[in-house]
Amino acid sequence: MVNVHVYITLKEGVLDPQGKAVEHSLTALGYEGVEEVSVGKWIQLKVEDGEGLDARITAMCEQLLANPVIENYSYKVEREATV
Amino acid sequence: MRAAVIVFPGSNCDTDMFHAVKDFTEAEVVEFVPHTAKSVAAYDAIFIPGGFSYGDYLRTGAIARFAPVMKSVSEEAAKGKTIVGVCNGFQILQEAGLLPGAMKRNKDLKFICRTVDLKVENNKTRFTSSYNEGDVLRIPVAHGEGNFECDEKTYNQLQQKGQIVFTYVDDVNGSKGQIAGVQNEAGNVLGMMPHPERAMEAWLGSEDGRNLFTSVYRNWRESNVVTN
Repeated sequence: MVNVHVYITLKEGVLDPQGKAVEHSLTALGYEGVEEVSVGKWIQLKVEDGEGLDARITAMCEQLLANPVIENYSYKVEREATV
Repeated sequence: MRAAVIVFPGSNCDTDMFHAVKDFTEAEVVEFVPHTAKSVAAYDAIFIPGGFSYGDYLRTGAIARFAPVMKSVSEEAAKGKTIVGVCNGFQILQEAGLLPGAMKRNKDLKFICRTVDLKVENNKTRFTSSYNEGDVLRIPVAHGEGNFECDEKTYNQLQQKGQIVFTYVDDVNGSKGQIAGVQNEAGNVLGMMPHPERAMEAWLGSEDGRNLFTSVYRNWRESNVVTN
């Protein structure tokens, strides 16, 4: 099994109300030089390794984990180091 | 007319919807149909009520669209049956790809629960023919994710093909073009965030939702009952 981390964000150009609210709060707290804050999701799953791993992860993202109408996704595969 | 009201785990507007169809149309049959049902082929009109199906986990409607009953709903939609999704029902139909766009969190991130002014943009639909174009209705909204979003190309198509059925008179939640309700290109599937089924009785605040159900029934009757 490998650990898969899926990151989901709103597509570029889609106004992100949560990101905007966080950005405003950071500015209000006095943090300067912060822009383009976006809030998304991180989904972690264990997936059987092997042939077609990327295709399987892509299919899961497209069919359920992300909504391609407004969201982008990316993922990272993490293999545990063998001792 | 045989009507179905689909019930998912977490639906909470199903009895209001049932009441609206049963008491304000002349449907011979109105039935609750569970999310586990394999077929809705026996019905002429399918209503998907509001609520928080599957706890709104992942995204609103994202899990419900894979409920067993939804495969049959898609098939009946393709055959031209009348499908109405309200609030969470609208979100489910978007996730299922039966209606365009997607919902984001409301622009101020608040759950909005109040009665709003809703404009009838297109009354040449099977859902709104009992209204006049430009009518302003008082209809309640109750949602946290009703901020309609789509790309420019889709928006232009919605405008050109008369698919924008309802808009908010004021900017309620940040929706593109203040869209509150859209139909598919074929004109047999409607989704709307406001709740017409909660606007059926003047003593409860408004009866402006009645004509939506009247429209659905009349249009079914005209196309299915032969009169001499």
